[in-house]
Amino acid sequence: MKVMPRTGELDVARVRADFPILALTVAGKSLVYLDNAASSQMPRPVIDRLVRYRTTQHANINRAVHYLSETATTEYEAAREKIQRFINAREAREVIFTSGTTDGINLVAQGWGRRFVGAGDEIILTVLEHHSNIVPWQMLADEKGATIRVVPIDDSGELMIDDYEALFSERTRIVAVGHVSNALGSINPVRRMIAFAHARGVPVLVDGAQAAPHLAVDVQELDCDFYAFSGHKMCGPTGIGVLYGRAALLESMQPFKGGGDMIHTVTFEKTTYAPIPHKFEAGTPPIAAAIGLGAAVDYLSALGMPAIAAHEHALLRCATERLQDLPGVRIVGTARSKAAVLSFVVEGIHPHDVGTLLNQEGVAVRTGHHCAQPLMKRLGVAATSRASFAFYNTLAEVDALVAGVRSAQKVFG
Amino acid sequence: MTVDPKSLYQEVILDHNRKPRNYGRLEHPSHRAEGLNPLCGDHIHVALELAGDTVAAIAFHGESCAICKASASMMTVAVKGRNQGEARTLAREFVDMATGRLADGDVAHLGRLAVFSGISELPMRVKCAILPWHTLQAAFDAVATTSTEAEADPMHTPIGDA
Repeated sequence: MKVMPRTGELDVARVRADFPILALTVAGKSLVYLDNAASSQMPRPVIDRLVRYRTTQHANINRAVHYLSETATTEYEAAREKIQRFINAREAREVIFTSGTTDGINLVAQGWGRRFVGAGDEIILTVLEHHSNIVPWQMLADEKGATIRVVPIDDSGELMIDDYEALFSERTRIVAVGHVSNALGSINPVRRMIAFAHARGVPVLVDGAQAAPHLAVDVQELDCDFYAFSGHKMCGPTGIGVLYGRAALLESMQPFKGGGDMIHTVTFEKTTYAPIPHKFEAGTPPIAAAIGLGAAVDYLSALGMPAIAAHEHALLRCATERLQDLPGVRIVGTARSKAAVLSFVVEGIHPHDVGTLLNQEGVAVRTGHHCAQPLMKRLGVAATSRASFAFYNTLAEVDALVAGVRSAQKVFG
Repeated sequence: MTVDPKSLYQEVILDHNRKPRNYGRLEHPSHRAEGLNPLCGDHIHVALELAGDTVAAIAFHGESCAICKASASMMTVAVKGRNQGEARTLAREFVDMATGRLADGDVAHLGRLAVFSGISELPMRVKCAILPWHTLQAAFDAVATTSTEAEADPMHTPIGDA
């Protein structure tokens, strides 16, 4: 692991040298990768860690007494502890490895929801949510005869907190809210929302997929009950994610998947489950990916989340000002507090055409509904183009984005 | 503005995007279908009027990107006045071209539609170009398969040879 000085300011040129993929050319142009909200790139220390695991440490975990199995088990559990420290969980057993944010939310909807949500109960979501924080709750609500209540936003993309508070009733069982909107970048006031819910005895799940890569997350300070995020959006591998859960809540939950590794004893008459976190990790997990995620949080911690946030905020501010100044370009999502995401529409050009033309300039953005169709409907747009930043992006890349949009406007006359 | 000739956004496509032909609705369509690409949000409606077996009138409308809209516009121009068999053949050939299943040089008989041949190099955009053609095929097929719905749906009245 390369040691980085914690200077409070990023040496971006040095950081970029850690990411081999950033040296690619696309369509004859230097790659400008601005689709980090979909998936981020992987630095050399994480790639090297995966290679080291696969070449010298791999075996199945929690099973055998031989050297490799013990090594793999130790490294896998060490990764769990790194993540515990990264999000400041009280205990490592509150960190469940999942396949990603979607898996974590489904685990809560099924493992907690099926036990504690019944007919006539209510689940509070927000209109900003990604489909992965909507559909699992709808499936639960359909099965149980529960109702979904939705917190609205204002035109800037900020949650309307008075309406949120008014949605609570005797039947409210859980709140599920994104920390940062993947489509608009709005940072939601989750701490305040959690305090309000807790005063009414209602637990809160926070979808942290878009927050964990950009903000210093402290689950104790937030006082959230569940916090779900994905490895591949924070420089780690795909196929791995984390569900943080308060130990007492996790212990009260039914396992979501049954199988090996999650049991204590099994007879055909009765099975007793392993204690948390293993109760929720049935089957052989993606061991390498978990260890890779451990290396990724080491890398991010060495840079320092405050330094990362500061650099990304400077990129966001510059890109917002520059794009706003282009005639015919409208920023979608102008919340006062935003992170790393810039959605926009260009008058007369469909986002997919913007995306294809930007690609011809080597600029990678995401276009479409961003898995947030209810939000797009609320905003009255079918789709947007979305540039999303990581700490390895530069102001020169913001220039390339702006030049690419201008060039698309020229093509369309 | 000069555009790289290899690029997709050639003048003919941009022109059809700006001024789509046969854009709008038909008063008395004999066939119609709705095409939706849930991945990108392209959403178009194709309606046509068959006189005997000939496409006497055709129109489309909807929300879509330039590739989809230009493809739909050029499709309406290409199939108007043709019989159903010819239109279906053209649809099949267009889809083959867009998905890269036609050998090079085979696009000549597609006439102006050959401007879409480059789309096969952009897999994510292929669906945009072929959505109108799939919708056309669905409109034709609806006749054969949805007579009960046709009774229930006032927009779907006199079918084919009615």
